Amino acid sequence: MFNKITVAALATTLTLSTSISYAGPKAEVLHWWTSGGEAKSVAVLQKEFSENGGSWTDMPVAGGGGDAAMTALRARVLSGNAPAAVQLKGPSIQEWYEEGALADISDVAKKNNWSSVLPASIAGHMKCEGKWCAAPVNVHRIDWIWANASVLKSNGFGMPKTWDEFNATAKALQAKGIIPLAHGGQAWQDATVFEAVALGIGGANFFHDAFVKLDKKALQSNTMVKVFDQMRTMRGFVDKNFSGRDWNLATAMVMNGEAAFQIMGDWAKGEFLAAGKVPGKDFLCASTPGEGFLYNVDSFAMFKVKGSDRQDGQKLLAKLIVGKNFQKVFNLNKGSIPARTDVALNEFDQCAHVSAADMNASSVGGTLLPSYAHGMALRGAQAGAITDTVTAHFNSNMSSKDAVAMLVKAIDNSK
Amino acid sequence: MSNWLEKHLPKIVLGPSFLAIILFVYGFIAWTAWISFTRSRLMPKYDIDGFIQYQRLFDSPRWEVAIDNLFIFGFLFILISMILGLVIAIFLDQKIRIEGALRTIYLYPMALSLIVTGTAWKWILNPGLGLESVIKGWGFKDFTFDWVINPDFAIYTVVIAGVWQASGFVMALFLAGLRSVDQEIVKAAQVDGVPTFRIYTAIIIPSMAPIFLSAFIVLAHLAIKSFDLVIALTGGGPGYATDLPATYMYTMAFSRGDIGQAASSAIIMMIVVFAVVVPYLYSELRNKNDQ
Repeated sequence: MFNKITVAALATTLTLSTSISYAGPKAEVLHWWTSGGEAKSVAVLQKEFSENGGSWTDMPVAGGGGDAAMTALRARVLSGNAPAAVQLKGPSIQEWYEEGALADISDVAKKNNWSSVLPASIAGHMKCEGKWCAAPVNVHRIDWIWANASVLKSNGFGMPKTWDEFNATAKALQAKGIIPLAHGGQAWQDATVFEAVALGIGGANFFHDAFVKLDKKALQSNTMVKVFDQMRTMRGFVDKNFSGRDWNLATAMVMNGEAAFQIMGDWAKGEFLAAGKVPGKDFLCASTPGEGFLYNVDSFAMFKVKGSDRQDGQKLLAKLIVGKNFQKVFNLNKGSIPARTDVALNEFDQCAHVSAADMNASSVGGTLLPSYAHGMALRGAQAGAITDTVTAHFNSNMSSKDAVAMLVKAIDNSK
Repeated sequence: MSNWLEKHLPKIVLGPSFLAIILFVYGFIAWTAWISFTRSRLMPKYDIDGFIQYQRLFDSPRWEVAIDNLFIFGFLFILISMILGLVIAIFLDQKIRIEGALRTIYLYPMALSLIVTGTAWKWILNPGLGLESVIKGWGFKDFTFDWVINPDFAIYTVVIAGVWQASGFVMALFLAGLRSVDQEIVKAAQVDGVPTFRIYTAIIIPSMAPIFLSAFIVLAHLAIKSFDLVIALTGGGPGYATDLPATYMYTMAFSRGDIGQAASSAIIMMIVVFAVVVPYLYSELRNKNDQ
């Protein structure tokens, strides 16, 4: 409420002061960052935008993890009145481009040299047929494993480097009455664990073939059977009440020592930090066993708008989003790392340093990969088909072979 | 002038709502049917492309689960609600004391929204939090009741919560039905020495046939469009074990950007509803014509 009032007040003062002729750059921004830390992060952008003479119309649509916002967006585009910038990511940017709804912001990108400061594979998501059509905000890493430091230490274990080591540690902890893996039985969480396992067991090439190219050979391979085998093993490491549990409750289980590990993206770090826990001392972070880096990049797609004030606002917004200052402040608030690689990280914590170093290394090594579970690698229907199979397998006694057969069929059916 | 107005007033008054219903109900049903024959994804497209969406729908294992669940849930929900409602109604009909208070207690679940019912039962059925842990706490260490996390049984927990919600309402319907049975016939039977059980099975229940039909129609459409109960109770899980056609449609339309799939599943749901409602309407209309 307070935010709305300030925004309204800002907007009125700005329109009053500049309403003589050209109304100044303005932009309407559709997003679903409405919860505490996220709302704070958006407020940073709002402030910067108005400091640069723009007037910001906020259009937050909460609910359903963006489902509600997408419904609102569809209505706005159908009525020919799209917002200037919309929180969109991954292939859905391309989907909207194919509907002919996105604008070209290549001149902003060229002027600010985006192609040399963004990792190539992330920049690829921001381009529509070679033209820039979106601006990246942050990079979340998905393949994290979080652990309670004192539980591991008092039982004499370190962070696992291989999945076999993870299984051995988990079994030993289970024997002592500690829940090895804190997990919430929601389809997207099952998918998050699944893709970390797939990357670890199959490696980067396998992951790329299977979940980016949807190559049948990779999908039907023995490696995929092994991935499902590991998922079956992991099913034995979760507690009985995991069904439907929210991810932050699972994080709390690690925090209070009830459980040892959680596999979750780095928004889990925000929960630890909010509870006053110190990385390295109270909790540990490491990439899940295996090589590679799975990213989930939030971005703003730029929609076609009419009028020079709106177009100027859009360009100003794009410039600020990729600007160094916003990338730093926003990501300090949100727990992710900047998408541009030349931001000084001295205010960031230890886990963010690991994340940034791994991102640069894997970008060079070609193992920087889009997360399928978080809508970066595939379109909704295909990602959904994989998730359906993963969650059906994880929550039943299905054999790994049957799961692979089901996976292939589901992907065929979703095309 | 006044004559003309008198003659046409009903049409003028009904006109706007009639037009609104034609457009917003039947118009959009037609639109959905059209979309279900196209390859629409994120945004609606209008080029007809045959039965592709229906093929995809019936090839999808998730839709199969949803349809199976609809029949399991629908059958058990209607059957158990009716039996339980009838039994409670008959017991309440025995001219007992504080009947009014008891009736209110049984009817009360109907006053709750299904979201509340679902959330409450989610906690009651959670093995670490609800019934199982309470009974274990009483010393029965081997007691397990983990249906809500067992994909083979989770759909029955939806039945439990649904029955809890609806059986009181069915009871109220049946109670009204029992009261409307001609008491003269009942008394005549009692004079003839017919046992009470036979009075119910041979006289009272058969004369309540229309009430059974109404209860069935109300429960059947509740079952088919059931959405909020599943969302609150299990979220469609574990996995997608408790998916119903309505939740399937929502996922396709709003989470996956697959409008064509959503439209085709909506049309199938509509056909199922018609299969239940049309015979009822037909028999109702025929009865009227006969009179």
